[in-house]
Amino acid sequence: MKLELRGITKRFGALVANDSVNLVVEPGQIHCLLGENGAGKSTLMNVLYGLYQADGGDILLDDKVVKFAGPGDAMAAGIGMVHQHFMLIPVFTVAENVVLGHEPTKRGGFLDLAAARVKVREVSDRFGFDVDPDAVVGDLPVGVQQRVEIIKALIGDAQVLVFDEPTAVLTPQETDELMAIMRQLRDSGRGIVFITHKLREVREVADQITVMRLGKIVGTANPSDSAEEMASLMVGRAVDLDVVKAPAKPGAAGLQIRNLSVWDHAGTKVLDDISLDIHEGEILVIAGVQGNGQTELTEAILGTQGKTSGSILLEGKELSGRSVKKRLDLGLGFVPEDRTEDGLVADFTIAENLMLNRSDREPFARRGLIRLGFLKEFAEAKVKEFDVRSQGIETKAGALSGGNQQKVVLARELSRKLSLLVASQPTRGLDVGSIEFVHEQIVAARDAGTPVLIVATELDEATQLGDRIAVMYRGKIVGIVPPTTDRAVLGKMMAGISA
Amino acid sequence: MIAKILRGNVMLSVLAVLVSFVVGGVLIAVSNPAVQQTASYLAARPADFFSAVWNAVFGAYDALFRGSIFNYQAATPAGMIKPITETLAFATPITMAGLGMAVSFRSGLFNIGGTGQILFGAMFAGWVGINVHLPWAIHFPLAVLAGVLGGAFFGSLVGLLKATTGANEVIVTIMFNYIASLLLQYLLKTPFLQAPHNINPISKPILDSAKYPAFLGDQFRLHAGVFAMLAAVWLVWWLLNRSTLGFQFRALGHNPSAARVAGINIGLTYVLVMAVSGALAGLAGTSQILGTEGSLTTGVAASFGFDAITVALLGRNNPLGVLAAGILFGGLRAGAVTMQASQGVPIDIVLVVQSMIVLFIAAPPLVRSIFRIRAERKEAAK
Repeated sequence: MKLELRGITKRFGALVANDSVNLVVEPGQIHCLLGENGAGKSTLMNVLYGLYQADGGDILLDDKVVKFAGPGDAMAAGIGMVHQHFMLIPVFTVAENVVLGHEPTKRGGFLDLAAARVKVREVSDRFGFDVDPDAVVGDLPVGVQQRVEIIKALIGDAQVLVFDEPTAVLTPQETDELMAIMRQLRDSGRGIVFITHKLREVREVADQITVMRLGKIVGTANPSDSAEEMASLMVGRAVDLDVVKAPAKPGAAGLQIRNLSVWDHAGTKVLDDISLDIHEGEILVIAGVQGNGQTELTEAILGTQGKTSGSILLEGKELSGRSVKKRLDLGLGFVPEDRTEDGLVADFTIAENLMLNRSDREPFARRGLIRLGFLKEFAEAKVKEFDVRSQGIETKAGALSGGNQQKVVLARELSRKLSLLVASQPTRGLDVGSIEFVHEQIVAARDAGTPVLIVATELDEATQLGDRIAVMYRGKIVGIVPPTTDRAVLGKMMAGISA
Repeated sequence: MIAKILRGNVMLSVLAVLVSFVVGGVLIAVSNPAVQQTASYLAARPADFFSAVWNAVFGAYDALFRGSIFNYQAATPAGMIKPITETLAFATPITMAGLGMAVSFRSGLFNIGGTGQILFGAMFAGWVGINVHLPWAIHFPLAVLAGVLGGAFFGSLVGLLKATTGANEVIVTIMFNYIASLLLQYLLKTPFLQAPHNINPISKPILDSAKYPAFLGDQFRLHAGVFAMLAAVWLVWWLLNRSTLGFQFRALGHNPSAARVAGINIGLTYVLVMAVSGALAGLAGTSQILGTEGSLTTGVAASFGFDAITVALLGRNNPLGVLAAGILFGGLRAGAVTMQASQGVPIDIVLVVQSMIVLFIAAPPLVRSIFRIRAERKEAAK
């Protein structure tokens, strides 16, 4: 089935999210829709899926104009959507989730789960998904949950499948598996729309690339084009994707971790006898597939992990047993993995967030009173320095884009004297322009002599940013290698095989 | 601009109150005997029916007005302004306790224990007010302080339990209400609090040297506690918006995990929040025992502990909003008495109006749909 969007325009008040957008997706084609956050990709797809009504333009399926009043109409017409945030009920089984909304019913109103199971197994086998219909969705890894979403779309006999930023939540391996699935779906004659801002993936899997910027189609690209060319088209200016940094000049060991072990609430050892040094003026990247103890390591340094043993020395001072506050006072800068959950208070203004971990200290407070005048001055300066795009310092942090939220977190952490910077996946979910900025700031902190610990799940980031790379697997460090190490070797180490 | 105000929370609160009064009016009409009678020949003489409805509803709300704001039928100037002083006398403890609840709600703790904390405040203040003999300038502040500390103590116990054992504050505070009221019942039957030679559970009267001054004279129930209430409004506003402690309270309320990562001691903050919340409820207890009641009885907290929750929600947990809502509730209480006395409208109608307010506050979409206000579009282009 051929999909065509003709002159789609969608406005939200004064904001034009889609401005006369034209797009043709042929059957048997993977069509990448590339663009930064806020370019209007998701809006366009929500118009296609009937979630929004377009203010102008037509949707055509096989050259016939169609109207979708809601997602139900779109699904019936053969359009399937795999959302960025899964629309699954965690306590239901795979089969129950898949038939949700159009449950096969036996006489007397009973749910025919057997029929549902058969259907799931059939689709799963046909595409080699390896999904158990009786598994409870909440217990499944993210990658498998995503396949459940795909099965949901396929059971409705979708001929055009839309993937909205599907790789944002996946590990490198899961991403590779998803790519294979997309190719297979394409080869079965379906049209695929793949929304993303990750250039590596685009170049790997796309047949056709359309680039959006600020609600408009700004051009097309070939999979063989360089990443720089595509990025420039996305951002609208020349972009340097390589991290520019001088060779590290490591000094004394600022952070010394010795025999650190951490146990989780259930008493399982999640970090097993870790020892490592980070020197002043160097970036150590912890690489590894998510969930191999990286989070626990950073939280053990911050002091929010419950049961730990071993020692963590920051500039010769023991951190173990000290409160989070004390550690921050000793110069620990912390950029959490989940900035909306741990890094910011969404309902607080930018200014309030900038003093979040120093609200009771000079110069932000005096005698228990917040110094609003100083805070205003400070926030104005930082917003400018870190180029936080907003309506002003009174804007709520929750209203900012991911990139600008991260800039607020960085501005807060980097604007005091640090003896160590710990940043977990500092560029997760950010667009190209913001990634560049965040990397610059991290390198600048290193060059100022701060020891830096970065947790990265993407190999590109690890090799570009790191001066040394420590690979973690199942709570242990597999090895510490230079960033020039071959990708294949690093990949093996991430699977637990030491070089 | 108007559309924006309409979408705002303040407008929603006002509309919720408005709708509740309309529903209350319907109930008044339906329960009125004259209306019921004229309804039976509605088709024959509709005018009778509508004038009966008008008389019932207007009469009731007119009585509510005369009982709560200004009695234009009174013979003396004092009688004319008496209703508004009654309203303020009721509003004082409700607002004080409401402020306490607002502090806890803003900090992410759902303190249902207003009743218990008011009772503890009243017990502590009452004991000092009965058993200590000192000049007013020392005795009165001491008694108020005892009440505030009593409420703070009882509140902080809840915070301590939550911090150390992770106990849910909703359940703990509900249970603590029972503990407080049963403890008071028990103490009022022991020589510790019970007036000698008295078989009723009532204490000796509070000494005059511990009382809030009745600055309008003894024929009014209104006392100087109303100024303490205004001071508390300002203090809570200052605490939440200007102090570092309040900043940490709010950070905890909005996002506990970010607060933890920012080095805020969560457990200690729970205790402090509940202490402040309880202190304000305790202050409400002092207003009752050292102001209007005169001696300790089991009914000293009235229903103010729960009114406080409603008032905090209606006032959107904002100190000035709580003050406005507190005065509204004080007015409803004061006016209900007149409404029953002069129009025979059951006092329960006022309770229904209060409950409707809660219902509409809890369900903003309901009010929005009644007034066809569109919710602000949250989804922007992605």
